[in-house]
Amino acid sequence: MTLATPQPEKLEFDCDTGNYHTFCPISCVAWLYQKIEDSFFLVIGTKTCGYFLQNAMGVMIFAEPRYAMAELEESDISAQLNDYEELKRLCEQIKRDRNPSVIVFIGTCTTEIIKMDLEGLAPKLEGEIGIPIVVARANGLDYAFTQGEDTVLAAMVERCPTSDDLESPTDKAERNNFQKLLNFGRKTDTPEPTESPEYHDHPNLVIFGSVPDPIVTQMTLELKKQGIKVGGWLPAKRYTELPVLDEGDYVIGINPFLSRTATGLMRRRKCKLIGAPFPIGPDGTRAWVEKVCSVFGIEPQGLAEREAKIWESLEDYLAIVRGKSVYFMGDNLLEISLARFLVRCGMTVPEIGIPYMDKRYQAAELALLEKTCHEMGAPLPKITEKPDNYKQIQRIQEIQPDLVITGMAHANPLEARGINTKWSVEFTFAQIHGFANARDILELVTRPLRRNSSLSDLGWDKLVKEEAKV
Amino acid sequence: MKLAYWMYAGPAHIGTLRIASSFKNVHAIMHAPLGDDYFNVMRSMLERERDFTPVTTSIVDRHVLAQGSQEKVVDNIVRKDHEETPDLIVLTPTCTSSILQEDLQNFVERASLEAQCDVLLADVNHYRVNELQAADRTLQQVVQFYIEKARKKGELPSDRTEKPSVNIIGMTTLGFHNNHDRTELVKLMGDLGIEVNLVLPDKASVKQIKQLPRAWFNLVPYREVGPATATYLQEQFDQPTVDITPMGIVETARCIRTIQKVLNEQGAAVDYEAFIDEQTRFVSNAAWFSRSIDCQNLTGKKAVVFGDSTHAAAMTKILTREMGIHVVLAGTYCQYDEAWFRQQVSEYCDEVLISEDHGAIADKIATIEPAAIFGTQMERHVGKRLDIPCGVIAAPIHIQNFPVGYRPFLGYEGSNQLVDLIYNSFTLGMEDHLLEIFGGHDTKEVITKTVSADGDLNWTADAMTELNRVPGFVRGKVKRNTEKFARNHGHASIDVEVMYAAKESVGA
Repeated sequence: MTLATPQPEKLEFDCDTGNYHTFCPISCVAWLYQKIEDSFFLVIGTKTCGYFLQNAMGVMIFAEPRYAMAELEESDISAQLNDYEELKRLCEQIKRDRNPSVIVFIGTCTTEIIKMDLEGLAPKLEGEIGIPIVVARANGLDYAFTQGEDTVLAAMVERCPTSDDLESPTDKAERNNFQKLLNFGRKTDTPEPTESPEYHDHPNLVIFGSVPDPIVTQMTLELKKQGIKVGGWLPAKRYTELPVLDEGDYVIGINPFLSRTATGLMRRRKCKLIGAPFPIGPDGTRAWVEKVCSVFGIEPQGLAEREAKIWESLEDYLAIVRGKSVYFMGDNLLEISLARFLVRCGMTVPEIGIPYMDKRYQAAELALLEKTCHEMGAPLPKITEKPDNYKQIQRIQEIQPDLVITGMAHANPLEARGINTKWSVEFTFAQIHGFANARDILELVTRPLRRNSSLSDLGWDKLVKEEAKV
Repeated sequence: MKLAYWMYAGPAHIGTLRIASSFKNVHAIMHAPLGDDYFNVMRSMLERERDFTPVTTSIVDRHVLAQGSQEKVVDNIVRKDHEETPDLIVLTPTCTSSILQEDLQNFVERASLEAQCDVLLADVNHYRVNELQAADRTLQQVVQFYIEKARKKGELPSDRTEKPSVNIIGMTTLGFHNNHDRTELVKLMGDLGIEVNLVLPDKASVKQIKQLPRAWFNLVPYREVGPATATYLQEQFDQPTVDITPMGIVETARCIRTIQKVLNEQGAAVDYEAFIDEQTRFVSNAAWFSRSIDCQNLTGKKAVVFGDSTHAAAMTKILTREMGIHVVLAGTYCQYDEAWFRQQVSEYCDEVLISEDHGAIADKIATIEPAAIFGTQMERHVGKRLDIPCGVIAAPIHIQNFPVGYRPFLGYEGSNQLVDLIYNSFTLGMEDHLLEIFGGHDTKEVITKTVSADGDLNWTADAMTELNRVPGFVRGKVKRNTEKFARNHGHASIDVEVMYAAKESVGA
């Protein structure tokens, strides 16, 4: 690819028919119940929802203690039964059996359509059973896959305390538990990070987005290196440790699908949103940290060297992906960040499918994608919102990309036609944030390439008889 | 509202889609919100299907909710007709379309005018039937549609095939070991000199449906999918139904004898006794296993059986009649099939349980403490927690039910496979003797009635050391028995003395 090739100046956006497959947003329960350890998630929906969690996500059986279905039956739909009484009965049972710190009601398409007033019921119910109830509408009418997390976190934004709410110092100490997490293994008499001189004096910073605990630790340490103290994470490990949010506090997202949470933080809690590319890949991580530094007027230390070092360590993987093309069918809303990182790795991206494109919340990421493409001399990808899987598969057949990142429904059929695939959901569940985890992303990306190159001599490329119609 | 952690049978639309996508060149359109088409994932991932699943969702979003779907569903049907030229498009209702009360029949009629293919609305009430009932109903509906169509055109064949022939009805995609059962039954029919007229619906074309009346009889191996179609064909064409599941040596023989009777009545002088005898005593290893010394050690062992009606009933009979195993409890989640199930198993077990509540079964298992469980993935999970082995004999479907190797459940090879499953599910040999020494065998009284009841008893250090000397694979059972004894005798803590008293009392 030479720089002389004429290229479109701006990213091209398109919106297709929306006939595509992705997971239902209630799937967020699968990772959020693990993240928030004292929670109970109650999915209020039909057999369709329950069977999805059980058989397609395959998680229900392991989760028995901390999430369940409130299965709506015909009598519920036809309003013969009283929603309030029914939910109360279930919540009392949950309280008796599990006694969680919070019950999260996950509303579904069915509760939307029958207009079950969950937000209206919750306050009275929570008063009666004595457990907070958070209501999130993670329905497939409005949202796709990972946006389910957005609906839950947006609902939790209102439950974060202000510093006025916290009267006793023990309360405050408890909330700093995650700081202790960072200090484990050190002597207990180490001064609390609060008073530590290694931090600059800056406004409170809260990070939102659900990531596994090792990522929480890594990202908190990454900012600590710059003298920035993370005031809290939304969500925290426990519901009782939700971060303190005051007017004027700064917030920054770690996941690209949290636009409602961002809006809620700005509008309802009057927080200031730091808009940055997402910390996925060493390039994104550096940009994310730099942006926080620049907002706080701090000169970042050693970031360029750190990024360069990571890239150096990735060279074995980069040699495999360089010059190859990757096609995103669109599934989990991590597509833009992953595409930007992979372009930086030397790949080309003909098309990025994405369920929903919030151009404001993802503005910095889109700008970095554009910049990266220009710098790498790669053509700008076409971004297709609400894609049409049928048309995409035809385009894939035509352009024969080296790798397709796709939802689970299409992976095996594409492999059978000799096209390398990787499940997009693996990026949802893997630890992909931060400097060190760039390696894990490339491990995932290169696995089909490495596997299939080891099979290539066997002549097993096409495992369907005629080129079946798609 | 029902608090549910687990469900044994899926929602109705899964049943309809299993039928539609089993046929060749049939497409299904779902009227549903984003994400409800996870059937595609199940088929592609669990069954490792190479082709794209022929199911497309016409998405219901906020916009459709506000304005009605108007042209969207019709457009999607017509579009799919152009793109894929299927023989049939099945419009599949979902829980969402049911409560939206959209007139799907009207969509179907409008789409039929434009589309080249046939268009059919699956007639299932999403809130009243489950996956299995919906599958049975949809298959019957598709068959009726094409029989009536052929009748109108005067294309129905009026004669039976020259030689004895059979339709095998009920083989579907995402069915429990259906792909291997199909192969085994086709082979069995071949051995009996019976031509297979049609296997339905798996890999069949809807164009072949009008040939169904040519068969001499219909074989319906599963209770869950197929009976409605067989009943319809019997009414329409006086075609006899054989609905004995050929699972296990005894039932396979009974099935073959019934087939013989059906054929004899139609004038074919077949006699399968010699074949049955040869298979039973010399070809299949299952009958020999029952007589072998290994199986002797299974005599009187306790088992719990739970699954769909077909597999749970058949398994109960095999364990009791062919292995001499004591089935304490036989149960099914097919509540709608209770009468049949009770009638089938009552004489072979102590207790019958009909329930969709996995907790009820788990509690029963904890109370009974069987030596092995034969159940679904859920019972396997319960067994793991209680340290009781479990052989999986029924859906809900799991990727493990699509082994790459050949593992039928039906016919003579199925009987061999079942012997292996049963034998490997029990503790064996030396392990068994150790259990005996430490009182691992069945005790009379039980306190721990639920799975979740946790130990509230203290073990002294000595007792703990002693317990740790017990071999690992029986330790759990010894611990439970000792705790039961301690509770019964009012010991607050367990020391070595209590432990050995427990052992003695078990022996007594």
